[in-house]
Amino acid sequence: MNEEPILQVANANKSFGGVQALRDVSFSVQQGQVFGIIGPNGSGKTTLINCITGFIKMDSGKVLYKGKEISNKSPNHIANLGLTRTFQIMRPYYSLPAYKNLIVPLFSPRARKMGGWRGGGKLGDRGTVSIDILEEIGFERDSFVPYKLASSLPTGYLKRLELARCLALRPDLILCDEVFSGLSMSEIASMVPLIEKLQMDGITLVMIEHRLRELFRVASRVMVLNFGEKLTEGTPDEVMADERVKEAYLGSEKLLDYTFEA
Amino acid sequence: METTDKRKERLDRGIKVRTEGIYAISSWEEMSYLLLPRLVLIVGLLLLPLLMPSLYWNRVISIVGIYALLALGFDFLAHFVGLVSLGGAFFVGVGGYTAAILNKSLGLPPLLSIPIATIVGATVCTLLLLPALPLRGVYFAIVTLMYPLVFLRIIEALNILGGTDGILGVASFPSTWMEQYLILFIVIIALFGLRRLVNEDIGLVFRGVKDNDQAVRASGLSITLYKAIAVFITSALGCLGGAYFVHIYMVAGISLFALDYSVIPIAATVIGGGGTLVGPLLGCFILVPISELLRAFGTLRIVFYSVILLAFIMFRSEGIMVYAQRKYHQFERWVKV
Repeated sequence: MNEEPILQVANANKSFGGVQALRDVSFSVQQGQVFGIIGPNGSGKTTLINCITGFIKMDSGKVLYKGKEISNKSPNHIANLGLTRTFQIMRPYYSLPAYKNLIVPLFSPRARKMGGWRGGGKLGDRGTVSIDILEEIGFERDSFVPYKLASSLPTGYLKRLELARCLALRPDLILCDEVFSGLSMSEIASMVPLIEKLQMDGITLVMIEHRLRELFRVASRVMVLNFGEKLTEGTPDEVMADERVKEAYLGSEKLLDYTFEA
Repeated sequence: METTDKRKERLDRGIKVRTEGIYAISSWEEMSYLLLPRLVLIVGLLLLPLLMPSLYWNRVISIVGIYALLALGFDFLAHFVGLVSLGGAFFVGVGGYTAAILNKSLGLPPLLSIPIATIVGATVCTLLLLPALPLRGVYFAIVTLMYPLVFLRIIEALNILGGTDGILGVASFPSTWMEQYLILFIVIIALFGLRRLVNEDIGLVFRGVKDNDQAVRASGLSITLYKAIAVFITSALGCLGGAYFVHIYMVAGISLFALDYSVIPIAATVIGGGGTLVGPLLGCFILVPISELLRAFGTLRIVFYSVILLAFIMFRSEGIMVYAQRKYHQFERWVKV
């Protein structure tokens, strides 16, 4: 654990008009870790991801990725460094078939450098590569699903497509913005092994999540945000034992017990 | 009513499904299913100059070709990149004046001045539109609408580039046959080239920008770069049209910045069916000759023109080509609910 963290955020500040969405948020993520970010609605979780990936400019603060400063760089620049993100509200290209959705990230400078001019190097063209990635993420290869328009896919597949778009860039770090939200219990159950597999492949994950049970299965460290401020950080057990977290995040002790039992 | 308990079901024709993959070509029937519409279009376009009765109508064909290039560019930019451009007049003006200057001061023949004006003009247009690229929807449209007006006033006020008289005595084409067939070939190449482009990998990026530009940025691609490439393609088509126009009429005047070049391509896209690329082309071949036929009515022709447009928007708002493609690819039947 004494090696340099893959992602470091120092004193991130962001305000929208009078609302302080982020106040002096600092944390660091180690290589290969699954890092959870939790907090009540409106606590600045998504804003934090937007700031790290350059979609929103921070007012002040620093983001270091692999030791290099990437604060307020453009989103496409950051994505090309291997730091990718998913969107909470899925953003597929609705008018394209699922597998063609992946051709866009495969066309990026990063993917082209890694995959050669045709996209997949020895593996074939970009269409072949995207079908491979989709299979990896849970689209059945021999079914019609990868060829269906994204607009006709159910939420579960769209969430997977979000992850697949990140994977197409062959990332080192993925920021997942609520990949479990809006999914049925069985869909979540099939997503968790995927996340574990990504971790085993050596990809560092930062996960914003409301579904604590699933998050705690995979995450080794958790940070709690409340009203844009970092409340605490630690292992899932430490965090949940914290009185302030119980108050801020769950409102009452009763709810907390429920969460653990459920 | 008997239709209340029935609904219309649309299914793809079997032959459409069979011909969707490129490996499915195995019989004459399937090959002709794919080739016939394209052949009809190409042969029809190439026969047009031979069928026209007079020199006047031959000239109309060239003008229609120019409008078709503008409409293709508009459809590409609006339906595949998501930028609604009202800048047809801007592209025509820049391309036209560039060609006129190249021809008059450097003495280049049309066959050289037109391609050079296309590239130079498109570069100029793209550079000038760069600041507007982050804009979306109607805001981009407003900026592109502003440019031709600005250029027109600058030329008028500073009396440069021939002022209101324009640049006279530009060289014309050696023959009317060449004039017509060259533009028809260019239109056909532009049509099939663009259709190919939007299905290539880079075309998918363009369509991605239209569908969801934030996701494109998250995918590590600069949307400004790809929008600029798309604007370059469209303005190249427009500048080509403008340069052609100048060499047909042998004059480059401020009328090149007339709003007709912005508006008629859009009307043609509405009539022909947006997002099909071939639709706007057909729309031009319908609209422009109609406007010529209506010339006899003088200024009243605008009224007739509007009525035709209105009727299309009311009764066939999807456009001719979308309708025709549906009828060609799918069959309909009534099924009991």
